[in-house]
Amino acid sequence: MAGETTTSVDRSTSDGMLGRLRKALEGPNTLGQGRPFWLGFTVLVALLLVYPMFRSSYYVSNTAYLLVSAFLGLSLCIVWGYTGIFSFGQVAFYGIAGYTFGIVSINVTGPAGTMAGLLVGIAVSGAFAFLVGYFMFYGGVSDVYVAIITLAVTLVLNTFMGQTAGEEWAVGAARLGGFNGMTEIPSLALGVGDAAVEITDLAFYYFVVGALLLTYLGLRVLVNSDIGYVMVGIRENQDRTELFGYDTQKTKLGVFTFGGVLAGFGGVVYASWGNYIDPSVFGLTFAALPIIWVATGGRKWLSGAIVGTFAVTFISQKLSVFGGQYSLVILGALLLFVILILPEGFVPQLAKKLPALLDRTGGGDS
Amino acid sequence: MTTSESEITESTADDTLLRTEGLTKRFGGLVAVDDVNLDVERGEIRCLIGPNGAGKSTLLKLLVGQLTPSDGQIYYDGEDITGYSQHDRARSGLSMKFQVPAVYGDLSVRQNVHIPLQREVSRKRIDVAIEETLDEFGLLDAAETRAADLSHGQQQWLEIAMASALDPDLLLLDEPAAGMSVRETEKTAEYVHRLNEERGMTLLVIEHDIDFVRAIAQSVTVLHRGEVFAEGTIEDIENDPDVRRIYLGEVRE
Repeated sequence: MAGETTTSVDRSTSDGMLGRLRKALEGPNTLGQGRPFWLGFTVLVALLLVYPMFRSSYYVSNTAYLLVSAFLGLSLCIVWGYTGIFSFGQVAFYGIAGYTFGIVSINVTGPAGTMAGLLVGIAVSGAFAFLVGYFMFYGGVSDVYVAIITLAVTLVLNTFMGQTAGEEWAVGAARLGGFNGMTEIPSLALGVGDAAVEITDLAFYYFVVGALLLTYLGLRVLVNSDIGYVMVGIRENQDRTELFGYDTQKTKLGVFTFGGVLAGFGGVVYASWGNYIDPSVFGLTFAALPIIWVATGGRKWLSGAIVGTFAVTFISQKLSVFGGQYSLVILGALLLFVILILPEGFVPQLAKKLPALLDRTGGGDS
Repeated sequence: MTTSESEITESTADDTLLRTEGLTKRFGGLVAVDDVNLDVERGEIRCLIGPNGAGKSTLLKLLVGQLTPSDGQIYYDGEDITGYSQHDRARSGLSMKFQVPAVYGDLSVRQNVHIPLQREVSRKRIDVAIEETLDEFGLLDAAETRAADLSHGQQQWLEIAMASALDPDLLLLDEPAAGMSVRETEKTAEYVHRLNEERGMTLLVIEHDIDFVRAIAQSVTVLHRGEVFAEGTIEDIENDPDVRRIYLGEVRE
């Protein structure tokens, strides 16, 4: 520790702001710290940026889809991993925002409509999360029932949206479409009039990479801030934290609402990516996936959630090539394996082992 | 000088930090705390003793708001806090160490102290403040240890360190010396004295270990079957034949 202080002092004057930035981004509530981590991080970001030059547009689009899932994974990570609220319903906020985006952008044509759809979609999913959270946290619902209530809400939405096949189920020009889903959702476009850029293909990929990067860094600042400490305190022992003078119910409600917003952003981007959304986003299978992603990667860490989401989604895509439902069986087995053998997930385990491994190969630079 | 009644109540209100009036808690047919009138003076160390099931822990839970009283009032610093939420009570200067040490097991000792201390200290100063706090309770060497890996005694001290990090006016300690060796108990008594003398805290302490009570108590309240049974100095209490009897389980009503 003392060594690190001296090096930051030794380095030149421009270090003041950079040092302060690093201080905000680092702390015990995130795994990656120090120069080696940020070096690796920069390399990873650079790889993501040049990736489209080496792959066909199909792969780029698919990778973008995997990255979209990471918003869902991150939202569960801060709600469950950091604050200990076991939500089975993050997909509900994802789906609600996706449908809302569709309804708004189909009715209000042009880039303005899609931008409004983005904002309204996020706002509606956030408001819905606030409502559900308010009744749970202020209604004195115990922790176990939070999972059941959030899952029930999700499944009710699944059933409800499934029966909207009839012509009468339309909001303006937007038909809900029952189990066939809502079609012809426009792609997100940013800008005004002729200067608007439609966010598709390559632009979509870079949009998602940029948004994910900002979200990740923003969340790092959040979880290492005072609020982050309170979140972790609630996860570890809510009664103890309450008696330190923190309004823990309010914090839980705030985090849950923010989780709804984050999942909602993912949902909007997802609906824009496929120009389509259907009630399977509220299905039991999809509801279970974020839990598997985040648990596998390491729910208590942002990086664990992202890596877990990306890796598990990637693997299950590869598996499903061999035959529809088998991939789900294997994912279930994976979840069991993680819970029994690596309850903290793969990423923290790796982070623990990595320095020792580097030492053995003589790779460490300090 | 006039010694009107109102003046007397005013002056007592000034010296009394915590007062309960007719505080009662019923669980179905069981009256765990029965019409308790308690006055804790500003700056004193008060011990709350009594046989198992006397209602001591229930009383503390009523004070911090973990339980809602069936009847009665709680006044803190002259203010009626009976309806206050737990966090509002903590914010008005009341802090507590739980009976079973409630530390954040999965976090390092440093992080444990960070959580309450960030209420009092800015980010700039917090690293220094954490180390001062840990040093005060002999935990500096264990700063990076997972709290769950500490010994039982160290966990007790860690939680006392955390509860006192809020700089409360009134610190409630539920069995701070339970499960400790003689040496550790002496250490704990030392910490309690220091919090009282150097940091000016008023302490209300539940304890079974009579040696520990002797070492710290400036006054003692005996609870029995939910009621205040006796009150006085430790000498008064130890020489009270009735108190001796209830501890031997011989009292009949």
